[in-house]
Amino acid sequence: MKKLKYALFTGCTAKQSTPEQMMSTLAVAKKLNIELVELTEASCCGASHLQDYDDFLSLVLNARNIAYAEKHGLTMVTICNTCQLNTAMTKHRLDKNPELKARVNEKLAEVGLEYKGTSNIIHFLYAIIDDFGLDKIKEMVVRPLREFNIAPFYGCHNIRPSELHDESHKQKENPYNPTSLDDLIIACGGMNVDYEEKNKCCGFHVELQAPHTAAVLTGNAIAGATDQNADMMVTPCPLCHLKLDTQTKHASEAIGREVSLPVLHMQQMVGLALGCSPAELGLKHHITDVNFI
Amino acid sequence: MSKNAISTQKVNFKVFRFNSNEDYLPYYENYTMDVTSEEVVLDILNRIKWDYDGSFSYRRSCRHGICGACAIKVNGRSTLACKESMTTMIEYFGNDITLEPLSTKRAVKDMIIDKADFWEKHAAVTPYLVADIDECPSSENLVSPHDAEELNEADLCIQCGACHYACPVVEVNSDFFGPAAFAAAYRFEADVRDSDTERLANVNEEKQGVWDCAKCFECAEVCPKEINPIEKITKLHQMTFKKGVAKNNVATRHAVGFFHSIKRHGLLDEGGLVLYSEGPSIVKHIPVALQMFRKGKIIMPWNMPKSDKLDEIKKLIKSSSTVKF
Ligand code: SF4
Ligand code: SF4
Ligand code: SF4
Ligand code: SF4
Ligand code: FES
Repeated sequence: MKKLKYALFTGCTAKQSTPEQMMSTLAVAKKLNIELVELTEASCCGASHLQDYDDFLSLVLNARNIAYAEKHGLTMVTICNTCQLNTAMTKHRLDKNPELKARVNEKLAEVGLEYKGTSNIIHFLYAIIDDFGLDKIKEMVVRPLREFNIAPFYGCHNIRPSELHDESHKQKENPYNPTSLDDLIIACGGMNVDYEEKNKCCGFHVELQAPHTAAVLTGNAIAGATDQNADMMVTPCPLCHLKLDTQTKHASEAIGREVSLPVLHMQQMVGLALGCSPAELGLKHHITDVNFI
Repeated sequence: MSKNAISTQKVNFKVFRFNSNEDYLPYYENYTMDVTSEEVVLDILNRIKWDYDGSFSYRRSCRHGICGACAIKVNGRSTLACKESMTTMIEYFGNDITLEPLSTKRAVKDMIIDKADFWEKHAAVTPYLVADIDECPSSENLVSPHDAEELNEADLCIQCGACHYACPVVEVNSDFFGPAAFAAAYRFEADVRDSDTERLANVNEEKQGVWDCAKCFECAEVCPKEINPIEKITKLHQMTFKKGVAKNNVATRHAVGFFHSIKRHGLLDEGGLVLYSEGPSIVKHIPVALQMFRKGKIIMPWNMPKSDKLDEIKKLIKSSSTVKF
């Protein structure tokens, strides 16, 4: 197989509150011989909040990020659900609306850039599953996660709106019964846990303005996984990770029940199965203990 | 066999049954039926009533996706029964199908729910045109096609409640108006003839308003009329800034904070954003922040990473900004 090569849009979280996510992304890419060219010029995608304030500016900034991936002639890979949503949504809107695209390009021309629409945008989860291939991952597993029941937490913005997902990725994902992360857990040798909240929202985006709502949604998710005997959760989204890993105290208070589960980033789970060391995967950066691994 | 030939398959239905006048608790009844590729969910409801149990209750009227009466949940997914094909449902969920009312806790009888909360929320957003109308106009009151497009088809909402009862925030926060009410608010806010002065502020109040939306996109996913309520919610956010009625609170500062952070660093400064949004209330985040600091999850301001070519970003922010706060 030709070596896979992508333009990596890291987003901001990977550089700050989830350093383990950056580390494990690079570790897994190395194991799988995937080349990632980091888009160091990229700005924040606005995390679905900047556009509430200034939609046009948000489009221009996201188009600029995509333009850099296009300059490399590479597919852009994201490692955060919300980055995926904002970037792919920008692409969707510009590709569908030539007039809007022209207005955005008028601005980008000021800094010598152009958004063409030539680069696709996919989440790293799907780069691994669709492009690299689950069967090949399975063959490469040296430390199957056999003893673990693992609850997949998909996170909203990778699976909804499903139209956007299906437009960006090779394989469709059923927003009511997503399977990609389940398949990846199985490929890594683990047992996938089915539970009601696996495709639900963790509440991250309203944590500041609606802390109670956010805490209840997080609590429900961890409780749902716990009740189906999960030993841990796994997520492709660093924002979900922050919520599930760092907010267990608030979540427990909000739902009136003590809840806490170790939460791995999707990349850490794959890395563990492929034989990466806990240090390479940044396991020391977790709030909820993952030492048992 | 031609591609369009009618095919049949066996489906096991698990159906929510409850009579609030008689039953202490709801229960589920099982029915196994041969379902054809031609059928919609409403056909199944009809067959349960006609072939198995005449007391089975559900709402329907137009059977054309117009009246909005027939929405129920299929395997937890809000669905307009008369519009949704069984084939799609089997594709989504396989051959074990659960039929429930939109909200089991609001069940009155079987699929019928008490939708009072939905209508109260709807009424709360002034869902009608507020305008000084000349009752004897000398000519037609024309709205240009361009102005009509501004509604973004929000006027096509049939008030079926599919989105409302799919919304996780409605479930948790009983003050929250919900996606359908916001779509209705947008429909009139975007209408050039409307002159209401309170609606926009009303739907921007904390707890009840658009800022409590968790951005989960459930409403967009389930709406049978493709109204995309979250898109309307986003537009209501934008309108408050454009019309200068945005309140200075943690929610609005959270959105504006991204602007300031990107302007300075290209990236989001997570700590800076929380500080800017919360102001002095930031103290409540200190316990978690300390834990995170110990685990190397917090970057000190002097180590804050920056985007390469930050000058480009600054230039674009200057030339492309369209609002002020
Ligand atoms: S699951 Fe949480 S972090 Fe992920 S998209 Fe939904 S709210 Fe955002
Ligand atoms: S009011 Fe609308 S839905 Fe009712 S009959 Fe007329 S066009 Fe159809
Ligand atoms: S996007 Fe907002 S309004 Fe729509 S379902 Fe989610 S929380 Fe509710
Ligand atoms: S927005 Fe869509 S789902 Fe919600 S009430 Fe209207 S038609 Fe139904
Ligand atoms: S019966 Fe009227 S919308 Fe379904």
